[in-house]
Formats: sequence, structure tokens, C-alpha cells
Amino acid sequence: MAKPAELSPESPAMEVRTPPKEAAPSKLAGPATWVDDRIGLAKLMGNIRKVFPDHWSFLLGEIALYSFVILLLTGVFLTIWFKPSMAEVEYAGTYELMRNVPMSEAFASTLAISFDVRGGLLVRQIHHWAAMLFVAAMTVHMLRVFFTGAYRKPRELNWLIGVGLLSIGLVEGFAGYSLPDDLLSGTGLRFVDGLVRSIPLIGTWAEFFVFGGEFPGELVIARLYMVHILLVPGLLLGLISAHMALLVYHKHTHWPAPGRTNHNIQGYPFFPIYVAKAGGFFFIVFGITILMGALIQINPVWLFGPYNPAQVTAGSQPDWYMGFVEGAIRIIPNWETHLLGTTWSWNIFLPGVGLMGLLFTALGAYPFIEAWITGDKSEHHLLDRPRNAPNRTALGVAGMAAYGMFWLAGGNDIIATQFHVSLNAVTYFMRVAVFVVPVLAFIVTKRICLSLQRADRDRVLHGSESNIIVRSPDGGYSESHAPISQGEAYSLTRHPQLEALTPNGEKVGRTRQRLSRWFADGQVPTPTAEEIEAAAHHSSDVAAIEGGDTPAIESSETAETGASH
Amino acid sequence: MRFLASGRRHKAARPLLLLLSLFLVGAVYALVTPATSSSAEGVADAQLIAAGKNLFATNCASCHGLNAEGLAQQGAPNLTNVGAAAVDFQVRTGRMPMANPLVQAPRKENTFTEDEIAALAAYVASLGDGPAIPDESQYDPSSVSAEGVARGGDLFRTNCSACHNFKGAGGALPDGRVAPSLQGVDAKEIWEAMRTGPGQMPVFASGSIPDEDVQKMVAYLEQVNATPSAGLSLGGLGPVAEGFWAWVAGIGSLVLFATWIATRGPRA
Repeated sequence: MAKPAELSPESPAMEVRTPPKEAAPSKLAGPATWVDDRIGLAKLMGNIRKVFPDHWSFLLGEIALYSFVILLLTGVFLTIWFKPSMAEVEYAGTYELMRNVPMSEAFASTLAISFDVRGGLLVRQIHHWAAMLFVAAMTVHMLRVFFTGAYRKPRELNWLIGVGLLSIGLVEGFAGYSLPDDLLSGTGLRFVDGLVRSIPLIGTWAEFFVFGGEFPGELVIARLYMVHILLVPGLLLGLISAHMALLVYHKHTHWPAPGRTNHNIQGYPFFPIYVAKAGGFFFIVFGITILMGALIQINPVWLFGPYNPAQVTAGSQPDWYMGFVEGAIRIIPNWETHLLGTTWSWNIFLPGVGLMGLLFTALGAYPFIEAWITGDKSEHHLLDRPRNAPNRTALGVAGMAAYGMFWLAGGNDIIATQFHVSLNAVTYFMRVAVFVVPVLAFIVTKRICLSLQRADRDRVLHGSESNIIVRSPDGGYSESHAPISQGEAYSLTRHPQLEALTPNGEKVGRTRQRLSRWFADGQVPTPTAEEIEAAAHHSSDVAAIEGGDTPAIESSETAETGASH
Repeated sequence: MRFLASGRRHKAARPLLLLLSLFLVGAVYALVTPATSSSAEGVADAQLIAAGKNLFATNCASCHGLNAEGLAQQGAPNLTNVGAAAVDFQVRTGRMPMANPLVQAPRKENTFTEDEIAALAAYVASLGDGPAIPDESQYDPSSVSAEGVARGGDLFRTNCSACHNFKGAGGALPDGRVAPSLQGVDAKEIWEAMRTGPGQMPVFASGSIPDEDVQKMVAYLEQVNATPSAGLSLGGLGPVAEGFWAWVAGIGSLVLFATWIATRGPRA
């Protein structure tokens, strides 16, 4: 086990320093004053020394932000040559294997970008990899915020903005996937066409509205182009600005440690530390994306061929972020209702429209549901360690497990061929797994959280293992424990205890009471000051006993009690 | 003529007439039916068929029956009308004889010699009607023009890619069956598979897809797989592999970098 961890290292950047009085006026003073007089630069620069805490998980959102910047840059390059038109042409470009094949102008221009524009293929691949990373980074960032409880008051609205960003990120990705008008994008559009049509009562009307007539029509690429390069990027840009403005307004959350409270923020100033760190990270993200674009082929549209409604290919899948919907559609039994000459396609509506609605509704509502259950109205700027909110963590992992099972089911054919199992077996297994695995994940995660809480408690009471095995004169072995630092003990014990709501004057409904009891249930109590005191005496007793007659094995057992109870 | 008229009441006349008409029918039949082989070839064929029958009895009959009539309880089909092309395909690719009664015969190493395959094919062909082993001119894709290759791509995507994937990497079918990979498969085997429809595969007869179109599709398949990919091709499996790489290589490495950045202090 680890030696006592060093938390909150001393930071020279935190020292208060006074500038030398006799500093010569900077050469920039003149222009700076000029700008300040006109746009209030000094006020804007007030934020430049804003303090941010340091932790790797706080950089996940930055990956999403930087991918978005890469998407804007590469996207501009692609719009120069892409033609969002479904007019039919015969291919006459340099790719021999498509010579004279009839296709849409959109597909022909995508081939031109790939084969005839210098650097076009590289930029296309960077753009696509960046899109995959954009949504993936948003997802891991959201998971970080969820598992640390960073969405709690006062940040609920920023959480909602984040959920909005993720959901329209999916729309943006899907629209981009559809633009090249290759066989896979056409198949994906057909899929969405089915989803739209499955909406009860208005389905057919909605399809005609979206496609300007029957699928595929001649309009949808131009419309998706508008959505992809104007509407959704505009929304994303606006929401990202709001997201970051709120981040600055709320200040960043930080991990509990000595000196860190709900009323302060400990870290390094934005300038110069984070200008360097974040700027450097931007280049790392850009570099990785370029490397992926240069080294790994993505969406080889020239292999898929132009979209033709009569064609389809094995392994037709959406990009990863729509995979869970694909999976749900693949595994749902064929439920349909026939009523008065109409067909109600539950087999598409429920897994398609229903599942997406469920996911984003659940995500958006969770902070408010949790606040209602716990009755917690206080502000939180200190993060929860995931283990200290076992039910929330277990719920999150269960949600991830459900998502993961739907996601896996979306690749059921690839699983079947690559692992040599029956497609039907995979499908039937997934039908059960989407319900059973989340429950198992919940139980296992909660047990792990509680075990970790116990381990924390033992660490506070008995100290950390010293890695020194001592043999006593009578032949017994034992490991002595070193007490942990005051600071670490503070970090391990400062989290508030979850408590069930007590009907204290105000009226609390039965369901809410039951839920709040469940939410607080099972928590391992943090050691009290008396317990810590007692444990300190106990460990010195143990040291005394070890030299005496008592078999040493007993004393080592005492020291290890934590693991067994 | 008087001889005929006078002899018509002779008592040998009726049997003679019967004989004559039988002979005529036989002669006309022999003339109308196309001669399949000269007599010397006929002898060789007969020997080949006999050898094939022996091979069949030792290697195939346990499932397909001594007369290739098939055994329903073994799931082994009747082979009387499958033709030489089917035998050539199944044996040459090692699919037959099957090692285990699986849902689908997997491709494996063929242990028969050319002569043995020819004998088996001749024997099965002699049982009934079915496509013959093709001539090289029927499947050889080398004469296909550039436009023809592109047209072959279109035909491939219309007829093949739904099961075999856009570049012939293969795909899943129900109940544990698969559409095998076509990459690196001989043109002759592809021709034979299309004409005989092994396993789940439908028969693509020459009426719907003539030999020239088969050549175009084979030419496309060969050229598309010879075309260099734009980086790691990830098995040509489509977006599932891409998503996997985005998460593992992309997010994975970026999280490692994030961890590294976070461990650097302000002065590090």
C-alpha cells in the first residue's frame, strides 16, 4: 500500500508577492491604456489571474473544447470543395474504381476532396476523428462531473447546458455522417427515416416534412448541410460560451484537502500557468487527432460507394455515439400493433425515439431528483469522492452498463463474426443483458464503494502499511502501521455523512422518505475524534504487546481488522 | 415396291417393322442428342467416374449416401443434380468432406489431389444435371476494362455486399452462419459459388448475371482489395472498429496526457 499521500503541495504560485515599486513603465503601457480606454481591457484582464485547481479529470472537458476548435478549422477547409447537392452526375475523377458510376454531386465532391484536393483526405480524416473524439470527450467529461457530484447546487443549469451540448452534438455528428451521401450515410439516413416514420400519428407527415417528400428525395443533403455547418455549430458555439461563462462565474470545483473549503478555491492562476498548460494541451489534442487522421483510415467512402437505396453492406453501423440506438433496434422483439388499418411500430419507436428521449430526460432530471431525495439545499464547491456517494456512483455505473449493453448490441454482427459465435445467441444474450447487467453493476459498484469507505476508515484509524515485516522473538510476523498525516486524515474524514430526511417540521411524503433512506443507506460512518484517539492508543498498545507474550499473529490480526469486518 | 407390297402379309413383317421402327427411334435419338464425348473419351470418362465413385464411397457416402441421395438426419443434401462445379468448389476449398457436423462447412485446407477432385466431380456430374467446372475464359477477370471494373463494383454492392461486406471482408448470418471473407479467394471459386449457391448463398444463375458480369465483379473485388488504404484499414469492418479506436487510442492517450499535464507543477 501507499505511503501517506501528500495532498496539497506547497505552491509558490500561491504566495502573495508584491511587485517591485520602482518598475520601469512597460513599453506596452501606451497601447494598453489606449485599448483600456475604449473596451475596458483592465476589467477584462481581471479574470486573467483566475485560479483553477489542478487534476487530470478536470482536463476532460478541455479535450471536447479543443476537438470542437479542430472541427471548426477542418470543417472550413472541407466546405470550400464540398457540394451539398443530390443532382446525379457520372463520376469522372481520378479514382478508377468509380469511373462512370452514377452518383450524387455530394458524393462526387467527397471523392474529389479525398483524391483530387491536396491534403483533402488527411483533413477529411482529421475532421472525422475529431468528431468521434468530440462526442467521446463530452461523454467522459459528463461522467466525471456526474461521479464527483459537481452538478449539484449551484451548477445544475450548467449541467443542463452540458446535456444539451451532448444531445445536439449527436445531431451534429449524425448530420455530418450523412453528408458524403455514400452507402453507409444513406443507410443511416434510411434508419432515421424509419425512426421519424415510427412516431405515432405524425410519423408520415414528419417524414415528408424532413425529406421534402418520400425518402430519399432530392433535398435532404442540402438541408443537413445547413444543419451541419450553420444551425448546430451556431448552437454549439453559443452553448459552449454559456457553459464556460458559467464555469468562470461559479468558479471550478475542487477536491477536498486541507485548506480547501466550500468558500475558496485552491490552485494555480490562469495566467501564466494554465495558459501554458491548456495551450500545450490544445496542441497535444491537435497532434493526436492529426496522427490519427494520418495513420488510421476512417470512413473510406470510396469503398462504400455512392448511396443507392437498392444496396446495403454487411457491417452497416452508425458512428459510435449512435451505436446504442442501433443496438436497441437490433435486439428489440418485433412488436407491432395493427389498429383500424394503421400500423404502430413499437419495435422502432420504443428503442429509437423512446430510448434517446429516456437517456436525455434521465440525464437532465437527475440533479433535481437527487436534490429532492436528499433535501440538500446547500451549495457544493467541494467534490465528492465517488465512493462517498455509493448509491449515486452505483446508479451511474448501472446507467453506463445499460448504455454499454445497448452499445455492444449495435455491433452484434461484428461480435458474431470476430469471436465466432452465433448472431442469434449474441442477440438473445443482449436482450437479457440490458436488464440484468445494470442490476449486477449496481450491486457490485455499491459493494466496492462501501469497501473503499471501510478501507478509508481503517487507514484513518490504523494508519498506512509500512511495508516493514517484523519478526518477533517468538517467531511471529507482523507489519507495523505508520500513522497518516493530519492532512490526509482530514481529507478522508471531511465528507458529510449522508442522512435520511427527517420530517422536521415540513411535510415529507412517504416515497420521498423511503428514497432518502435508501440513498443514505449502508454508509460506513467516518471515525469520530474519540475513535481516532482510541485507535492511536490501541496501536501503541499493540506495539507493546508485540514484544510480550501474546502471539504476534494476533497483533497483526488486530492491525488488519479493517480487511475482515 | 412390289416386294414391299407382296411381303406385307408375310408373318415376319410385323416383328421386322417393330424392329425397324425401334432402330429408327434409336438412330434419331442418337442424332438429336448432342454427343458428349468421343468413344475414346467415353472410356476415359468411365474410368474417371468409377474412380470418383470409389472416392465418393470412402469420403462422402457416410453422410451423402452411397448413391449421393443425401441423408436427411445428417443434414446432408442430395447431390444428384449439384453438378461438377459444386463438387469442385466444396472439395477444393476444403469445405467437404466436413470434419464435424457444424451449421456451416468452414473453409479449410484441401487434402485431395487435382485428379481426385476431377474424379469426384465427374462421378457426381454423371448422376444428373448441374453446372460444369468452368473454363478459364468464363471467370478470368484479366480482360475487364476500367469501366467494367467500376460497373463490377456497382454489381458487387447490389448483389454481394449485403452479406459479404463492401470489400468482401465477410459478415454475420443468422444461427451461427457467416458469409465468409472473399478476400484472396480465386476467381474460379467465386464463379462456382455464384452458380451453385453453397450453404445459405443464393444461386446467381447465368440468366441473371452472365459470365462477363461475374468477371467484372471479381475484377472489382481484386482491385479494391489491392488499393492501398488511407492508413490502418482496421479490418475493413466499418464504424464499429473506428469507434473502438477513437475510444482506446484517442481518448485513452489523451487521458494519459491529461494525467501527465496534471502532475506537472507550475515550475516543472
